[in-house]
Amino acid sequence: MKQIAIISGKGGTGKTTLSASLSYLFQNPVMSDCDVDASNLHLLLSPVELKQNYEYYGGKKAEIDYEKCTNCGICKDKCRFEAIDFQQDKYVINEYACEGCKLCVLTCPEKAIKLVENLAGYYYESKSPKGVLVHGDLNPGEETSGGLVAEIRKKSFSVGENLKKDVIIIDGAPGIGCPATSSVAGVNYAIIVTEPTLSGFHDLQRAVETLKKMRVKFGVVINKFDLNESVSSSLEEWCFSENIDLLGKIPFDEMVNLATREAKPIILYEDSISSKYIKSIYQKISQILFNK
Amino acid sequence: MSLKIAILSGKGGTGKTTVSTNLAKVLSKNMKVLLLDADVEEPNDHLFYNVTFEEEKSVDVLIPKVNKETCILCGLCARECQFGAINVFEKGVLVFQNLCHGCGVCSKICPVRAIDEEPKSLGKLKFGKTDFFDFGMGLLNIGEPSGVRIIRELKKYISDDYDVTIIDAPPGTSCPVVEVLQKVDFAVLVTESSPFGLHDLKLAVSLVKEMEIPYGVVINRYDPAFAELTEYLGEEKIPLLMKIDFDKEIAKWYSEGKLIVDQSEELHRNFELLYENITEVLV
Repeated sequence: MKQIAIISGKGGTGKTTLSASLSYLFQNPVMSDCDVDASNLHLLLSPVELKQNYEYYGGKKAEIDYEKCTNCGICKDKCRFEAIDFQQDKYVINEYACEGCKLCVLTCPEKAIKLVENLAGYYYESKSPKGVLVHGDLNPGEETSGGLVAEIRKKSFSVGENLKKDVIIIDGAPGIGCPATSSVAGVNYAIIVTEPTLSGFHDLQRAVETLKKMRVKFGVVINKFDLNESVSSSLEEWCFSENIDLLGKIPFDEMVNLATREAKPIILYEDSISSKYIKSIYQKISQILFNK
Repeated sequence: MSLKIAILSGKGGTGKTTVSTNLAKVLSKNMKVLLLDADVEEPNDHLFYNVTFEEEKSVDVLIPKVNKETCILCGLCARECQFGAINVFEKGVLVFQNLCHGCGVCSKICPVRAIDEEPKSLGKLKFGKTDFFDFGMGLLNIGEPSGVRIIRELKKYISDDYDVTIIDAPPGTSCPVVEVLQKVDFAVLVTESSPFGLHDLKLAVSLVKEMEIPYGVVINRYDPAFAELTEYLGEEKIPLLMKIDFDKEIAKWYSEGKLIVDQSEELHRNFELLYENITEVLV
């Protein structure tokens, strides 16, 4: 079973559109949506049935027992995350800033603080027309989304093993931080989707550097390449000079907006121009992964 | 009064950078403006301006350093570390720097004081001026898990000297975005006319509601055919602050690193109205 991650320096470059289409082109995939901040893959794959729902506990949070607290303020002085404030007449934990490190618990002379488990989100195993989709939602404002990504990856893997799937298609998290690196850790291949804009170029370089550091094999897809052909060719030249596989380019295609609005992957629109380009990208990837 | 406006979006690529960079330019005509790019994983605002950076500093975290001579391999540090950043083996101690949050629990708990802490750089802050306003940005080092601390330091450039501070947030709704939202006066949620945009907008709305921050919405790549979005805003009584039409010309200007308000008087006027609409919601 091979794992492919579709990532991008920034969001909105077309990761989900490409992921959804690839999940139709690969014959026997598990789909895994690891963009837990903005999980959109299910909107295109329209899962018909929720098979399982799991709770995700990410990290812990400090809690003050005001019966015991004497307002000494040591916890506030010691906390390195500026997560404790003095408000009105008491010390208050800012749950958004608290990282659950336990330093306040250890330093409180009255033993008035404890750590409590924190329900940070959910993840699901759903049945879609193309097979199983594993996806999740982080509760707004939560941290450790990299941890939820790791849970989704694990679940996708075990589902894939059980059902004897050939490939796991991972719609990755944007950026270069922990959710993004959790999405690509240990995959067989990564696809970076970029756009021909100055920002896109900047983000691509950071994504490439990240993947190189993680020693993940990858190739690049330029989406909407004809929006700015001159930036597009500098992207191409750069890939060439860096010895990076250019898997393909996809033109700007009004049909993609229409398909998205109708909540369908573009690949189902046989006549659309972008679906032809996506098919050729698929062929390149399957050649790289399966030598066929 | 010094107004602090955060620009967010449920997901990336909706136009946060466009709104931030153009709004800053338009407001700088009559006001003293500070623009902070807090999208520290992928900062892009500086690409739209000539920035003269005057200051650059590292943002550090304190990482444990275990003194082998003193360490008795008791394993207490590994047991108490909430992030799995220290492992103790029979032959020694291994620190996983990328998992370490720099909280200081290990050095505090060590019974033989074998753990010192030394600074490690997470990323950096850059501060300077464009031709129109002051500008600051954070840049997370490749391989670092979280930019929260960099954002926290970046926000220390905010002061009452500025009439308006605009903060370009990272995408999503998780901890770095929450850090941006701490102590801001208003949140502009940028979305686009698509089911993706709507799905992610709902998450962003639930976050600003929970944090009790006044907010309004900007629709980018507005497409009247996707009526669900405006219906949702109507039902929830969410102020619509501005619409930017779907236009290939705008996409092209953006791709070249041009400000759209410099290219079109109508867009310039719309961004002025955006600010007026924000102040109206705040009254």
